[in-house]
Amino acid sequence: MTNLAALYWHRMRFEIRLLLRDRSTVMFSMLLPVFLLAIFGSVFNNQKLSYGVSFAQYFVAGMLASSLLYSSFQLLAIDIPAERINGTLKRLVGSPMPRSVYFVGKFGASLFIYFFQAVVLLSLGHFAYHVHLPSTSGRWVEFAWISVLGLVTSSLLGIAFSSLAKDGKSASAMAAPLVLFFQFTSGVYFIYANLPAWMQHVSTLFPLKWMAQAMRGVFLPRAYAHAEVAHSFEFGRAALVLGLWTVIAALLCRFTFRWMGRDED
Amino acid sequence: MTGLVRRYGDFTAVDGFDLTLATGECVAMLGPNGAGKTTTVEILEGYRHRDAGAVTVLGEDPAHAHRAWRQRIGIVLQSADDLIEATVREAIEHFARYYSQPRGVDDVAALVGLEDKIDQRIGHLSGGQRRRLDVALGVVGQPELLFLDEPTTGFDPEARRVFWQLIERLKGEGVTILLTTHYLEEADALADRVVVINRGKKVADTTPADLGSRNAGRIVVRWHENDAVREEVTATPVAYVAALGARFGGEVPGLEVLRPTLEEAYLALVEEST
Repeated sequence: MTNLAALYWHRMRFEIRLLLRDRSTVMFSMLLPVFLLAIFGSVFNNQKLSYGVSFAQYFVAGMLASSLLYSSFQLLAIDIPAERINGTLKRLVGSPMPRSVYFVGKFGASLFIYFFQAVVLLSLGHFAYHVHLPSTSGRWVEFAWISVLGLVTSSLLGIAFSSLAKDGKSASAMAAPLVLFFQFTSGVYFIYANLPAWMQHVSTLFPLKWMAQAMRGVFLPRAYAHAEVAHSFEFGRAALVLGLWTVIAALLCRFTFRWMGRDED
Repeated sequence: MTGLVRRYGDFTAVDGFDLTLATGECVAMLGPNGAGKTTTVEILEGYRHRDAGAVTVLGEDPAHAHRAWRQRIGIVLQSADDLIEATVREAIEHFARYYSQPRGVDDVAALVGLEDKIDQRIGHLSGGQRRRLDVALGVVGQPELLFLDEPTTGFDPEARRVFWQLIERLKGEGVTILLTTHYLEEADALADRVVVINRGKKVADTTPADLGSRNAGRIVVRWHENDAVREEVTATPVAYVAALGARFGGEVPGLEVLRPTLEEAYLALVEEST
């Protein structure tokens, strides 16, 4: 077991090191949420929402939820098909590496990118757009479990999604618009309560709405709950929906994951 | 491995193939593109499933292979362009972790001749160097059996010779090697035994020397007569040339006697089986 743990640690570090050397990943994956905050924060900075909440405050919560998707779902959905094509997966399967090592390594890379994005988003938000950070440790604990659960759910969804695409290019053509669609319909770019009912109904079935709402629960004043559609941030329900998606995604991974191309078994 | 069969839809890629490797042997599987080489090797490596036949590699069925078995084999795939952001040292070090008794990083780098490139990014290596890195990753776990799938395809002759020296070194260490190639000279230079495969069937299983003498009876005698080149295939060239000399009453213009080369023997074999 200690041996396996050492391999997990080793693979995570290897993945992160290689990821950081790829400049396009650093620029587009790691800094995208930061660029978005800079743009939206500057344009809508003076807009005040109910209960004196600034748009930047609302947007930072949504961006953190989006970061959960960027750093795990989008990264894995694009990276894994590319690695299926370039021989990474085939080489690993041909070695005595325990297969779980690969997935743990990917999760480690997602966790690292998310952590980086969260730190930069919160720093930029705090210092440039006067975003208030949680002042109690209880809030930070909420932030931690939402982040970890959200990351597990989105990673597994990304791994499941990776089996759909032929290669990295088609994967990114499929995954990126999907993320964008859910950002628009889940209350990231627009105030969720102001969206048309059908849009709210659709996004209620998927994880991002719940991650964004729970993040608002962490970063917005408690009173703002009354401005939410359910008059609550619904932490319990968020945990339930994310847990359900985790199970569905895990089952999909279990039965559909391919180490090699369709014509290669 | 006996009676191996693999179909892709209606196409039978491997059709009743038998092969046995002795410990320490280097066997080259030779055949044109699409002959079934890679399919066969990838079944042995445990990558692909088979439709029929019995396969035992190092005492186990590769279709049900587990990690302990993978410790004992090394695989060099036909093409790989992964790991481009890693350095040679990082990649070797990384894969060494997965084996219980890995070679030292510097030893492996020296073995494949990349000691000068050890801190270079893999994406910056030349094609030949990249292939040597693939071999390094294949042998870092000290395998008993090494699979090399078309390791020198696309090499210039110089790079190919350097690569052959590396394989000779591994043979010297007693590693059993199964090599696929479509270069006849490569099989001739490296292999103890050559297995020719065409259309999924084994058409020869012999030593390189034997393969060359296979068409010993088909010697070509060529000469000029009436402004044309004439040719005769014969098993008894001396008698034929003597008769020719008698007919011309002296020297025969443009006389050539050609023994079949290894390559012609191979091509004839492939043609016969097509």
